Amino acid sequence: MSEEPSSTSVSVADGQSKSAKKPKYSRFSQQELDAWQPILTPSWAISIFTVIGLIFIPVGLTSLFASDSVMEVPFRYDDECLPPNSKNDPVAYIKDDTQNKTCNKKLTVKTKMTAPVYVYYQLDNFYQNHRRYVKSRDDRQLRRKGSDNDVSTCSPEDYTPKELGHNPIVPCGLIAWSMFNDTYKLSSKNKELAINKKNIAWKSDRDAKFGSDVYPKNFQVGGLIGGARLNESIPLSEQEDLIVWMRTAALPTFKKLYGKIETDIEDNEEIMLVIENNYNTYEFGARKSLVLSTTTWVGGRNHFLGMAYMLVGGISLVLAVGFLLMYVMHPRPLGDPSYLSWNKNPGILR
Amino acid sequence: MAGGRRRRHHFGRIHAFTCGKASLKEEHSLIGGPGFSRKVYCNDPESATASLLNYGDNYVRTTKYTLATFIPKSLFEQFRRVANFYFLVCAILSFFPVSPYSGVSNVVPLLVVVAATMVKEFIEDFRRKKQDIEMNNRKVKVHRGGGDFAYSKWRDLKVGDVVRVEKDEFFPADLILLASNYDDAICYVETMNLDGETNLKLKQALEGTSKLQEDSYFENFRSVISCEDPNANLYTFVGSMELEDQQYPLSPQQLLLRDSKLRNTDFVYGVVIFTGHDTKVMQNATDPPSKRSKIEKRMDKIIYCLFFLLIVISFIGSILFGITTNDDIENGRMKRWYLRPDDTEIYYDPNEPVAAAILHFLTALMLYSYLIPISLYVSIEIVKVLQSIFINQDEKMYYEETDKPARARTSNLNEELGQVDTILSDKTGTLTCNSMEFIKCSIAGVAYGRVATEVERALSRRHESDSGQELKENKNIAKVGESKSSIKGFNFKDERIMNGNWMKEPNANVIQNFLRLLAVCHTAIPEVDEGTGKVSYEAESPDEAAFVIAARELGFEFYERTHTNISLRELDPITGLKTQRSYKLLNILEFSSARKRMSVIVRDEEGKLLLLSKGADSVMFERIAKNGREFEEMTKQHISEYADSGLRTLILAYRELSEEEYHRFNKEFTEAKNLVSADQEQIVENIIQNIEKDLILLGATAVEDKLQDGVPECIDKLAQAGIKLWVLTGDKMETAINIGYACSLLRQGMKQIIISSDTPENKSLEKMEDKSAAEAAMKSSVIRQLREAKALLSSSHENYEALALIIDGKSLTYALEDDVKDLFLELAIGCASVICCRSSPKQKALVTRLVKTRTGSTTLAIGDGANDVGMLQEADIGIGISGVEGMQAVMSSDIAIAQFRFLERLLLVHGHWCYRRISSMICYFFYKNLAFGFTLFFFEMYASFSGQAAYNDWFMSLYNVFFTSLPVIALGVFDQDVSSKLCLKFPLLYQEGIQNILFSWRRIIGWALNGVVTSAIIFFFCIRAMEHQAFRKSGEVVGLEVLGATMYTCAVWVVNCQMALSISYFTYVQHLFIWGSITFWYIFLLAYGAIDPSFSTTAYKVFIEALAPSPSFWIITLLILIASLLPYFVYSSIQMRFFPMYHQMIQWIRMDGQTSDPEYCNVVRQRSIRSTTVGFTARLEASKRFNASKRVGSSTRSETASNHFETSRRLEASKRPEGTTEDR
Repeated sequence: MSEEPSSTSVSVADGQSKSAKKPKYSRFSQQELDAWQPILTPSWAISIFTVIGLIFIPVGLTSLFASDSVMEVPFRYDDECLPPNSKNDPVAYIKDDTQNKTCNKKLTVKTKMTAPVYVYYQLDNFYQNHRRYVKSRDDRQLRRKGSDNDVSTCSPEDYTPKELGHNPIVPCGLIAWSMFNDTYKLSSKNKELAINKKNIAWKSDRDAKFGSDVYPKNFQVGGLIGGARLNESIPLSEQEDLIVWMRTAALPTFKKLYGKIETDIEDNEEIMLVIENNYNTYEFGARKSLVLSTTTWVGGRNHFLGMAYMLVGGISLVLAVGFLLMYVMHPRPLGDPSYLSWNKNPGILR
Repeated sequence: MAGGRRRRHHFGRIHAFTCGKASLKEEHSLIGGPGFSRKVYCNDPESATASLLNYGDNYVRTTKYTLATFIPKSLFEQFRRVANFYFLVCAILSFFPVSPYSGVSNVVPLLVVVAATMVKEFIEDFRRKKQDIEMNNRKVKVHRGGGDFAYSKWRDLKVGDVVRVEKDEFFPADLILLASNYDDAICYVETMNLDGETNLKLKQALEGTSKLQEDSYFENFRSVISCEDPNANLYTFVGSMELEDQQYPLSPQQLLLRDSKLRNTDFVYGVVIFTGHDTKVMQNATDPPSKRSKIEKRMDKIIYCLFFLLIVISFIGSILFGITTNDDIENGRMKRWYLRPDDTEIYYDPNEPVAAAILHFLTALMLYSYLIPISLYVSIEIVKVLQSIFINQDEKMYYEETDKPARARTSNLNEELGQVDTILSDKTGTLTCNSMEFIKCSIAGVAYGRVATEVERALSRRHESDSGQELKENKNIAKVGESKSSIKGFNFKDERIMNGNWMKEPNANVIQNFLRLLAVCHTAIPEVDEGTGKVSYEAESPDEAAFVIAARELGFEFYERTHTNISLRELDPITGLKTQRSYKLLNILEFSSARKRMSVIVRDEEGKLLLLSKGADSVMFERIAKNGREFEEMTKQHISEYADSGLRTLILAYRELSEEEYHRFNKEFTEAKNLVSADQEQIVENIIQNIEKDLILLGATAVEDKLQDGVPECIDKLAQAGIKLWVLTGDKMETAINIGYACSLLRQGMKQIIISSDTPENKSLEKMEDKSAAEAAMKSSVIRQLREAKALLSSSHENYEALALIIDGKSLTYALEDDVKDLFLELAIGCASVICCRSSPKQKALVTRLVKTRTGSTTLAIGDGANDVGMLQEADIGIGISGVEGMQAVMSSDIAIAQFRFLERLLLVHGHWCYRRISSMICYFFYKNLAFGFTLFFFEMYASFSGQAAYNDWFMSLYNVFFTSLPVIALGVFDQDVSSKLCLKFPLLYQEGIQNILFSWRRIIGWALNGVVTSAIIFFFCIRAMEHQAFRKSGEVVGLEVLGATMYTCAVWVVNCQMALSISYFTYVQHLFIWGSITFWYIFLLAYGAIDPSFSTTAYKVFIEALAPSPSFWIITLLILIASLLPYFVYSSIQMRFFPMYHQMIQWIRMDGQTSDPEYCNVVRQRSIRSTTVGFTARLEASKRFNASKRVGSSTRSETASNHFETSRRLEASKRPEGTTEDR
């Protein structure tokens, strides 16, 4: 059918007014921006899998080695430090202030630990992340002198009991009140292994969150006594045990830094432990351990990171190989439309 | 195929109008009673009695809110959404101790969300307000007393005011016509805005007031009108007018409705009876239904699922919390003494574990609220508004001629545009321009007219593109414009008969007669422009006008009509000069749908009596005299060609009458007309029949009901996309079928099922006395026809025959009744094309509702007139054509476009994109919120469900606002799977939306699972990698804040990179937002951590001091990032390789660089095009088949047999859907 162009033509729109509403052209408004449009072709998939594998396995191996080089010596003492006659009722024992809580134990370090050796205490089944517990502190009071009365969030450890004058407690709240109070003394070959307790807390905490002019007041003076007592002549910013304790742990099993030993511990060295077993974990059935550990660039001893890296890298490599095999066996040549049949779904017409 | 013209009851009265006096019928006795109590004191609105009545003023308000109600009402609307209400409750509760986080951090996001939505509401309502102001401030002349008329605003009109409305003005309120410039007080009214009918309606005032033709007469005019109360019925009116102590009945004949327009009348006087919201139009206006897209409805369901999930996990948490709390004191001994269970608030009281658990439940509901994406609604709103802006800005949907861009009036339905299954289209003004063009004619067996019809153009274009010349497409679009004629209604080109050349043709005298007949046999009225002397015509239908114009252009200019004379300026073949000639008009034998022809009897200047007749071929050929059949064979052939091209054809014939024959006829005719008898009509009919015979055939005309530009192409593309198109038109069946052909909805070889009540047996039924019995009989006849068709349908399934259903309005009434409609729908769905003709606006809406509710598929209605309003509102999406006709359709539409052809781009490009964007966006939203929310839950398992959050408060509340929202918005606004060009090239891509592949439950659940897996990986990898050993060289262990910040960092990385992984379209915007969000998180962490610890609390210096210097933090982030993305990555590589989706296939093709290779594209497209059954692609296929089968040697087969193909074989193409089914 031939088309005959008609001689009459539309008068071309002239004046501006006629096309006043004409959209302005821009590549943006017409949605024609330059765009990178990658699609996941088999070659892309294979390369990406390979790259992941090639990066992850070395990283995994490295961190595995690193973590493996960390020496960790845990020593659980909650049971061992109970006198035999108290085994049945540890709670009564621990609550009895008249009992001697000192406990002497021996610990053998099999492999050499190079300084610094970190001393941790580890508790489990202790919910420092309980909402009531986490909230039971007052940051202002800890920071600023003269904010003693800011105890609104600290109940019930906010004021001393009435009979003791109803004075605000500094530091208030359950966290401070329940502070860990076991102490350790380590010695080897009759020589004390000095535990350095300086700089075990985050610097920002010491500098900004705990005031250097705030001193403990009315702490653990009456009513129910929780954990540790504080020396009222030392400002909070220097009470590093407290600062460490008050950084609440994320999970119910946690370690906290007790101090550092700045001398090496040789292999097969026998260490004498003197533990003051004061802290009541028996009531909620928690374990207590003392842990000696070195660190490396990934931190403490934990193979998980390395293993996970290896696993992910390994899976990627396997997938890369799998895809490669499939690709070799069933290649899709450029422009082969055989995968491109639209008519797979006969139901769509009606 | 008859020329379609409307009934001409009123036009027949142009010559001698007689007003049948309305008698005081029984219903008038109702006046004064209940429902008929209105009293109007004409011309005396200020009088004491009138002011007592206190009818409302003429102010019209269409806004949703007023200034006073905006705040409370819109707030109420906001919080009716369950999610918003939930967040409101959360916000309030967050100021109580049950809250797991601080109040402020929780309220801010909610405020932002609510405020954003309210601003949007405000802007939308403000636009409506502006329209109202424009409308209310229009001016009209009102009687101010003393015979003075002055302009006044519409809003100030009062009931009883007398107004003077000038030509082409709208009536400001419902008026009772008092007088007009015509002596018999008639006026013509265009009611397009009310019912979409373009023909003029005649109104006439009471005789008593018809003399009030001047302003001054109104000085002392007084009258009281009693009438019905305001109601919504447009076609009834009951009232009476007291004039000089006498009652005159008022009927709809005197009622001028607001929003209709005065035409062909210089001025009228009228008295206001209904104002403002009392007017019939406003009473009819229903609140536009608020439409929500299917995706949004499904989204609501997902949100309910999430709520359920939220409640379940909160419930589990609360029970476990209750148990642990209960255990805290055992036999009076505290277990977890460090919590001081002996001295506690109710929230943790071990003595009241149930109360504690219940309160904890509230805490948990708030804590896990991150499962419910608070910003989802507002993000979607923002995205949709931006999408609408893109739609509005699309210059390919801008129509130069009327200066109209596309207008998305509601942004709610953008994505619904990508899921349309059925389009219900109006015809006039939508598919066609409502202008008829004289395009071809066949005179004396010779076909004239060289201009290609729309169908021919479309087919030839298709040919070209098939042969791979894609480049030509642009040229062709230009050609469409070129073929426009400069003279409206005339698009004829043939030098053989133009410019007087016809005189040199062999049958010049036949041509002369032919043209003269065109100039004389009609009812048009000429209007001579006094300045230029140009004649234009006021005809009752556009095709009538086209004939007169054609005659004028070809040298027979009709310029004057009186009651008795028709005057022409003719080209005289002998002298070659224009001479004036006048024909004495003796009789007009009117057109009716039954007669399908009209004739005039005239006496020419030589005194010859001529009967000039034009009509449909079905009735005309049998009336041709034996000696007049000279050209019959050729003419018939031409007609069939024309009809197949969708042209309207009329046969022209004439005869000379002898004086005595005419005399006899005239006598009988006059007698019969004055007869008072039941079968008077029949008698008149017989008399006319007797004279309209033995005609001499002159030829045939072909008028193109001008399709809008690009309609066939558009329909073809839509058909290829698998969208069904139903045409619902108020036009006659023949017209509708013509258009069906022109649009390639119908073609030769398609089996037409015609269900009509216009059969002789039904005619006789109609005359029956017993109406209900007649109706029952008609209904059963319709049911029978439907059943038969259904049987045909099932048999045709076996041989893949395309069926077309054509049903008329009366049958539709029965077909839509409750007990029949399922049958009807089943049949209609089975047919390739459905055309409903003579359907009323209500039927259009009912059909739409039927399709929408029964099939559950998405319907789109498109129309331009007020008669389409119901349909537009009923359909899932209503598209208004912002054409020349009133604005009613546009006002009630969801999206307005200027031309039907823009629908292609609107659906295939914007619809597809928006659907894809919104569905991906929602899926992603759920993913990211589950990924985040579940880490909170997992953490609770390690925090004895106490409700402690793992993260800092502000981290949490900003998660949805800052760190993850912008990439989603970028996805929702900018993402494209394939470019617009490819969308149009591969229309089948649209099926993704119709089949809802991208938002199927499978996909949603897949994303949700991905989210849960991600959160599990984030949480468990994090805690396993960081738990209770030093996480860095200096020996510090991980505290709550370090773990929280690390997990959060991982979450931000993972969800943003997941976004990068799942999209395949990166403009600078995506890059900016995705990588920017991650960077911003670090910046935020730094900045927030640097603020004084009383604000930053646990985040103080956490990054700079603890995280950044530790290698393990970075390698954990990398590990978790890759590990969380790995499942999705594996899934998508496999899916891309082995089960690509449509859009991915096209991406393949694009990547292979084959989109510019026409041959390859064609191969792919061939595979993609299932046997489309309508559209010119299908037509081309069919004609190929037809030619092939002809060549095979069936020379005996008659070519004209219309059902030629009914039994013929089906070709491979149509078997393809089943044939190439492959296993996935």
